[in-house]
Amino acid sequence: MIIGLAHYLAVAAILFTIGVFGIFVNRKNIIVILMSIELILLAVNINLVAFSAYLGNVTGQIFAMFVLTVAAAEAAVGLAILVTFFRNRGDISVDDASMMKG
Amino acid sequence: MALQAIAFYVMAAVTVIAGFCVVSARNPVHSVLWLILTFFSAAGLFVLMGAEFLAMLLVVVYVGAVAVLFLFVVMMLDVDFAALRQGFAQYMPLGLLIAVFLAAEMVLVASTVATKGAAAHNDTPMASGFGMDAPNAEAIGRVLYTDYVYFFQASGLVLLVAMIGAIVLTLRHKPGVRRQVVMDQVLRSPKTGMKIANPKPGEGIGE
Repeated sequence: MIIGLAHYLAVAAILFTIGVFGIFVNRKNIIVILMSIELILLAVNINLVAFSAYLGNVTGQIFAMFVLTVAAAEAAVGLAILVTFFRNRGDISVDDASMMKG
Repeated sequence: MALQAIAFYVMAAVTVIAGFCVVSARNPVHSVLWLILTFFSAAGLFVLMGAEFLAMLLVVVYVGAVAVLFLFVVMMLDVDFAALRQGFAQYMPLGLLIAVFLAAEMVLVASTVATKGAAAHNDTPMASGFGMDAPNAEAIGRVLYTDYVYFFQASGLVLLVAMIGAIVLTLRHKPGVRRQVVMDQVLRSPKTGMKIANPKPGEGIGE
């Protein structure tokens, strides 16, 4: 049994689907939404590395590194916004975040 | 080769199960811990694919920094997480429907690519180490610091801006807290910093 490209693509697809599913079912809890986004980006990274290994070209791993960088920055800024929001409102429910509605 | 297959299936199963537990755990602290397990097993998958450098990066950056950041925030905020799970069952059918459609689409695309698409006629198995002379980290460095050096700098800028943004967002000046004013300290001279008093004997200096 040779583990090929399709196996890794399948794992990444399942992980991506779980991430999207997590955003849907936890749509009030923004912390879990952020974690689901991390799962989605991890699935993208697995895809990039799998194709990189399959094609014998290291460029895919460099793209995965950039994705990792952006994901780390996104998590930091997202959590900072979350902390500020919690300080102002005393709650993190996504439904209450409607102050900018006209 | 059989050992590789066993390792792949074990780590893939752990990745998927832990990923599902991330989105379905009741307690967000447990979610973060499952997220850490997901990252670890995904790093194992990266090692299987021959991307050791990225695997280490995943462990250091994600497990060491991002997951701990999540853990800090979850524990710092005093939130009633039970109230945030109110609509869980309500959104479940729609979420499952969309997840099934998404998975079906991606399986179709992946199987098409694997059988008919660009990746069809390359029947070499996934090579560990890329058949290159250089180790993985060296191979990445050779490309990253030559062809992609501007993108590398730009990603550094992204991190810098994120860092400044996070500090600016969370910094707050509480009233009633004495702060150091460097300018006042620097501009202090003997004339303002010293007072010549002439106390009477036996009395001392009263403020």
